[in-house]
Amino acid sequence: MTIETREARQPWILLSPSLTVITLLLVIPLLFIVVYSFWLRTATGADQVGFFLDNWTEALTDAFYRDILFYTLKIAAITTVVCALLGYPAAYFIARSKGNKALLLLLLMLPFWISYIIRTMSWINILGVSGAINSLLISLGIISEPIQMLYNQVTIVLGLVHFLLPFMILNIYVSLEGIDVTLEDAACSLGATRWQSFLEVTLPLSIAGLAAGGLLCFVLAAGTYITPIILGGPSDAMFANLVFEAIITQLDWPLGSALSLMLLVVLGALVLVYNHFLGMGQLMKGLGK
Amino acid sequence: MSVVNLTNIVKRFGAFTAVHPMSLEIPEGSFITLLGPSGCGKTTTLRMIAGLLDPTEGDITIGGERVNELPIHKRNLGIVFQNYALFPHKTVAQNVAFGLKYRGVSKEESAKRVKAALELVQLPNVGDRYPAQLSGGQQQRIALARAIIIEPSVLLLDEPLSALDANLREDMRIELKRIQQQTGITTVFVTHDQSEALAMSDLVIVMSEGRVEQVGPPEEVYNNPASEFIARFLGTSNILDARCTEVSGDSITLDVSGMGAITLPKNRSRDVKEEEQVKLVIRAEKLNLLPQSAAADGRFAIEGLVETVDYQGQAARYFLRMGTTQLQAINMIETTPFSVGETVSIRVRPEDCVVLPGGTT
Repeated sequence: MTIETREARQPWILLSPSLTVITLLLVIPLLFIVVYSFWLRTATGADQVGFFLDNWTEALTDAFYRDILFYTLKIAAITTVVCALLGYPAAYFIARSKGNKALLLLLLMLPFWISYIIRTMSWINILGVSGAINSLLISLGIISEPIQMLYNQVTIVLGLVHFLLPFMILNIYVSLEGIDVTLEDAACSLGATRWQSFLEVTLPLSIAGLAAGGLLCFVLAAGTYITPIILGGPSDAMFANLVFEAIITQLDWPLGSALSLMLLVVLGALVLVYNHFLGMGQLMKGLGK
Repeated sequence: MSVVNLTNIVKRFGAFTAVHPMSLEIPEGSFITLLGPSGCGKTTTLRMIAGLLDPTEGDITIGGERVNELPIHKRNLGIVFQNYALFPHKTVAQNVAFGLKYRGVSKEESAKRVKAALELVQLPNVGDRYPAQLSGGQQQRIALARAIIIEPSVLLLDEPLSALDANLREDMRIELKRIQQQTGITTVFVTHDQSEALAMSDLVIVMSEGRVEQVGPPEEVYNNPASEFIARFLGTSNILDARCTEVSGDSITLDVSGMGAITLPKNRSRDVKEEEQVKLVIRAEKLNLLPQSAAADGRFAIEGLVETVDYQGQAARYFLRMGTTQLQAINMIETTPFSVGETVSIRVRPEDCVVLPGGTT
């Protein structure tokens, strides 16, 4: 074996454990799902093996599925925007703080020590009919009847922002950390105000982190099914709830497979769009000196 | 007329005083250098002029106007940072034009001035490139072009050459001086490199531990160091303990440990009294080595043994031993350098020596 072939093989040898895991746990199950989506569930409840397009026709033409898909994308988009608006100042603060960054980052990671489900359910204790806010307002005599605050779009977004904000902050923080602080000084020395130099220099240079955090938030929000179950109302089902419903409740694996693939394709397309605009181009060239 | 005036400025960080009361006048169009080892307060001083730090006390005026409260973006300064601080996401032309954008300069005018600025720094064809595609020296020139295009009242240079390798640094030194002379912009240069300071400046301000040690033209600071610190910091000096034995008319006589009596003109010292302990400073290149047998030539002469030879091509640095005293001499090599173990005659003209107040070493 020549040195070159050995060197060419080395990355593959190092990658083999993770590739094995990915193949066994992701690629093969995904292929199963693809195959399932072309089967058909008969009236008896048994699956009929074959190549049927019925599930796909139903998933793609039924307005019910389309509406919920749009609703899901809308919730994900709102969540992403809220996370970006709340996350950027926080990330900026941590990145520029002269104090204990490690402590601030630890505080940011702290919520991950508690289960996502518990964190989501905690909102019931805060916003619920006998929750903290209502109890306080009643005891202060401001209201006499509890306000119904739970189980709507707003609480879903609230729960998702609560869950996803740290991801956004971390992504923006990492990109801000890589920016030389003297760049802003340089911009100011040339006549830009602090705010102008932020808009001209820091913001464009941190777009990559903002976009990565945004993509992560969007994909995770669009794929969520726990938050709508816990914090959403009856009409607030999101797309993953449909998949859950089809597979777990109705035991209709073929339809559930087709629906989950549909969501996968939509989110996959989004990743491709992201990659097209930000995965390459001048921005990366500029940053990757 | 001076364009920048510092009046008793002080900078404290908590209990630490980075700059002790300091006053400085920077004349219009001059090139002045703040020179000193790291931590001497030179960069702090520069950052206060720039508006990146607020002085704890004292006033800073630029062009007669007090600027203490004026934010950096209104001071009209050109700053070249140590790491250049070019905007990586903007092309070279966009980088250079940056300051013009905030001065309401039209697109056509801006393009014309960018072209002129790039020509001034001798990089006319890189406008479309990104900073990362340029070499360190080129980035340096672009940073300079970006700073001078706005026609600043003062150009501030924060160790701009220290990131370059040695040869490039010397070229850029000449280049920087040429551009400064061509544009006539008042320039404050911060460096820890004595050769940069001596080569480029009209006025050198030597700083140490937050205090100004000496202000003067390069030759004066070099030849007439005001303190032992400067004698040690600039160039290679021999600093010897001595005692003043006689002050008469316009000459003084010292008894130098290990070398004996030497008489020098009185103007080589500041107010030395008889019996006072002093330091005799002799620059290494002022010690001239001759073969042991060389005839007397009116200069002070003493014999010494060559201990070590540090060969440097056109010159050599010799470590010489005279009893317990060690001297350093840097001499040009005319034929062959002296060799280790040789006894040589060390000559020095008394007027090339400097006498400083004594005290403990």
